[in-house]
Amino acid sequence: MHNKSVAELSKELESGKISSVELTQQFLDRLKSEDGKYNSFITISADQALAEAKAADEMRAAGKATAWTGVPFAHKDIFCTNGVRTTCGSKMLENFVPPYDATVTANFKAAGAVCLGKTNMDEFAMGSSNESSFFGAVTNPWGDKRVPGGSSGGSAAAVAARLVPAATGTDTGGSIRQPAALCGITGLKPTYGRVSRYGMIAFASSLDQGGPMARTAEDAALMMNVMAGFDPKDSTCIDREVPDYTATLNEPLKGLKIGLPKEYFSEQLSPAMEEQVRNAVREYEKLGATVKEVSLPNAKLAIAAYYVIAPAEASANLSRFDGARYGYRCENPKDLMDMYTRTRAEGFGNEVKRRILVGSYALSAGYFDAYYLKAQKVRRLIQQDFINAFKEVDVMMSPVSPSPAFVQGEKTTDPVTMYLEDVFTIAINLAGIPAMSVPAGFVNGLPVGLQIIGDYFSEARLLNAAHQFQQVTDWHQREPQ
Amino acid sequence: MQWDIVIGLEIHVQLATKTKIFSGSSTAFGAEPNTQANAVDLAMPGTLPVPNEQAFRYAVMFGLATNSEIGRRSVFERKNYFYPDLPKGYQTTQLEQPIVGPGHVDIDLSDGSTKRVRIHHAHLEEDAGKSLHEDYHGMSGIDLNRAGTPLIEVVTEPDMNSAEEAVAFAKKLHSLVTSLGICDGDMSQGSMRFDVNISLKPKGSDTLGTRTETKNLNSFRFMEQAIAHEVERQMDILEDGGEIIQETRLYNGDRDESRSMRSKEEANDYRYFPCPDLLPVEIDDSFIEEARARLPELPDARRARFKEQYGLNDYDAGILSADAKLAGFFEETVEHGKDAKLASNWVQGEFSARLNAEEKSVADAPITGAQLGALVTRIADNTLSSSGAKKVFEALWTGENDDVDAIIDAKGLKQVSDTGALEAMVDEVLAGMPDQVAQFQGEEDPKKRKKMLGGFMGPLMKASKGQGNPKLFNEILLRKLGG
Repeated sequence: MHNKSVAELSKELESGKISSVELTQQFLDRLKSEDGKYNSFITISADQALAEAKAADEMRAAGKATAWTGVPFAHKDIFCTNGVRTTCGSKMLENFVPPYDATVTANFKAAGAVCLGKTNMDEFAMGSSNESSFFGAVTNPWGDKRVPGGSSGGSAAAVAARLVPAATGTDTGGSIRQPAALCGITGLKPTYGRVSRYGMIAFASSLDQGGPMARTAEDAALMMNVMAGFDPKDSTCIDREVPDYTATLNEPLKGLKIGLPKEYFSEQLSPAMEEQVRNAVREYEKLGATVKEVSLPNAKLAIAAYYVIAPAEASANLSRFDGARYGYRCENPKDLMDMYTRTRAEGFGNEVKRRILVGSYALSAGYFDAYYLKAQKVRRLIQQDFINAFKEVDVMMSPVSPSPAFVQGEKTTDPVTMYLEDVFTIAINLAGIPAMSVPAGFVNGLPVGLQIIGDYFSEARLLNAAHQFQQVTDWHQREPQ
Repeated sequence: MQWDIVIGLEIHVQLATKTKIFSGSSTAFGAEPNTQANAVDLAMPGTLPVPNEQAFRYAVMFGLATNSEIGRRSVFERKNYFYPDLPKGYQTTQLEQPIVGPGHVDIDLSDGSTKRVRIHHAHLEEDAGKSLHEDYHGMSGIDLNRAGTPLIEVVTEPDMNSAEEAVAFAKKLHSLVTSLGICDGDMSQGSMRFDVNISLKPKGSDTLGTRTETKNLNSFRFMEQAIAHEVERQMDILEDGGEIIQETRLYNGDRDESRSMRSKEEANDYRYFPCPDLLPVEIDDSFIEEARARLPELPDARRARFKEQYGLNDYDAGILSADAKLAGFFEETVEHGKDAKLASNWVQGEFSARLNAEEKSVADAPITGAQLGALVTRIADNTLSSSGAKKVFEALWTGENDDVDAIIDAKGLKQVSDTGALEAMVDEVLAGMPDQVAQFQGEEDPKKRKKMLGGFMGPLMKASKGQGNPKLFNEILLRKLGG
């Protein structure tokens, strides 16, 4: 059962061959025996999962089953789950049990899905290797001592290792797409505002977006059917009709206009990686697509702009972790200032502190114009680049990451090298458009991802393009040994 | 040396919305600590703000009532600082693009002149919670019920030049926001709080001096005292050749003392930036027109109407029109009491004095305008003497009885106005006091005559068991004595 997709498990449950309680127990058993190798989960919520499975079986018996009813999955530990601790990968929230559900969490519950637990992640979603987690690094199932990418590294590793068929992720600068690429699975970062951020612990509010991580585009579409939609609790959520994302998966791709941004096929990309990406594009040509080169002239400024805007927002978003109301508080504070300084010094890890400092600096009197305002101007230029390019093409394709999964510890000493991991993904968050990572080959036995970038609210088209590719390739079916 | 006093005000006005500015929690005052704070107010991880439309409507109404520009694009920013009663570690407020732009308010001064005070802007923001420093044995308690209550902060230009002007402006603003119904105006509960910026400059100089800000004054009286105190403090320093330090000060009204809270150098760098959780709010024409249609009669218009409709003088009309609730009470009194001048006297006199003595607001008054109106009617038609009227008022106020005529009957307060009966009583009393009659008739000094006339009233009232109409007694006496 563990090798089946969400769509297949849904059929199994519907046929009555297996109950959700049985299926959930099988997944829980496997999770407990296998995850020691990967450390992909922070919390396994077995009791709640079995209760949800029982409720799902009753829901099915009552004739109210959806495609998700009884299907096991996992949440990145950034989505608040009522009654199940939610750590965001941080010591600060090591014992935090939210009294409410994120909207995404509530949506999956309403659909009858069974959450097995909470997956590991970089602390407060800050990282590209899952090494900044307070709960330890995650191992990529494709290579001993290799990173799974980040920040949704636990979700990517768990899906790749067949511990769950699907898991939620969040993407602020590449945090769904890069780990999906490094672990050989399928991930989608939706348009900003498509998925509610309510109850999703904020890193950089204007960039954060939740999305699906699964093995197939079809499963990602099934997840989007649950995750997407307007939420009155999130003022940045967009009130726009949600299509059935599975309905258009089989549209033919004949005539699809693909653009290849020349800036994304630069010297930063290794020749072996480039070859895999170009091979994938050739598959699309076989499916009837046409290909042309496009340009994103300001893309080279994306990392600099991002590392002003994201830390600036984070510096304020993380101020609430002060030891006063919830979360970690230092032992025996001698006064208020001591409580603040020691709580935050002891509760946050180095990468989080680094970004709070950078963000506070960028917003300081005398520096605001030169950093924050300038970065916002660059952001608009980058957005305009994409708008212009989409006047010529339907989608763009590129690599997701400059190289395949690297070895743990390799980039932890130099933050800038780590930041460059997101060189092909970050501009998409600044523009707010959707993009996918689709398995597209291997280099040295490690997965390579193809990035498919779309215009605003073109998630259905991206999923369609990914699904058609997966009908003619089997990269997404490969299983790590 | 002669000095000019320069004063600017910042006024926090709590908006009377039912729920908070970014969450659905109630804003009601006085609940048990932390019972009106939900996950959003507690800044639980992942929670997000959703703006309250009513707060925008109230702010626009304020802008329209103060002749101000309305900001068509309203942007919230984060003001970053750490404090235990600020759950998010930042206050959501407005800076660059506030909802209310430049405007003005005219104030009346005691010398009969009016003065225009310009409003720089007014912005929407959320209130913080409260830190409770007592009863926690060296620790502080935090009550987040108030956290997220909508405020508008009104910032004036430095257009006021005395405590009198500053207080007149503050009272005018109080009158405006309560008339608009956008604030309950209850200063004792912190519904309006004043920060006063004060500087001195040599008389006639064009250059402003260094200012200080005295924060969080919550009554007109403390505001007046704090200004006097600060002006004196600055004057002493300047006349000794010293310099004013730009700083924030706290004033203790009970001790008439102030102390420095922080200097400019110690001021926080608030690292303002636009709040990414809230999109800019576009205020369109229809929203503004809808708010305009909701504007009630404002104090200046009401004052003019009171003069016109009830024939009140400017002073009475000013007092009765300033407070919307008092104005409403007065109009109800007139409606049931016919005589507007008498109604005005009673509302300003006995009624207001009693409210003040018992520290009650108009809304808490135990009598209605209709009852006071019935009382006024009985004074006007001579049924009651003024002393009898006071007895009826007392009975109404204490709840002894709620019907004016029933009280008059029960207490036998009905005046005797039967001229024949009164004349008989006068004849009888005068017959018994021949010496005093002769004395009166021999006196030429009108003042002494008036006093002597009073000497007959006591026995007359006694003879009529207190029910004789004093006015008629007076007339009859004068006639009979050849006055």
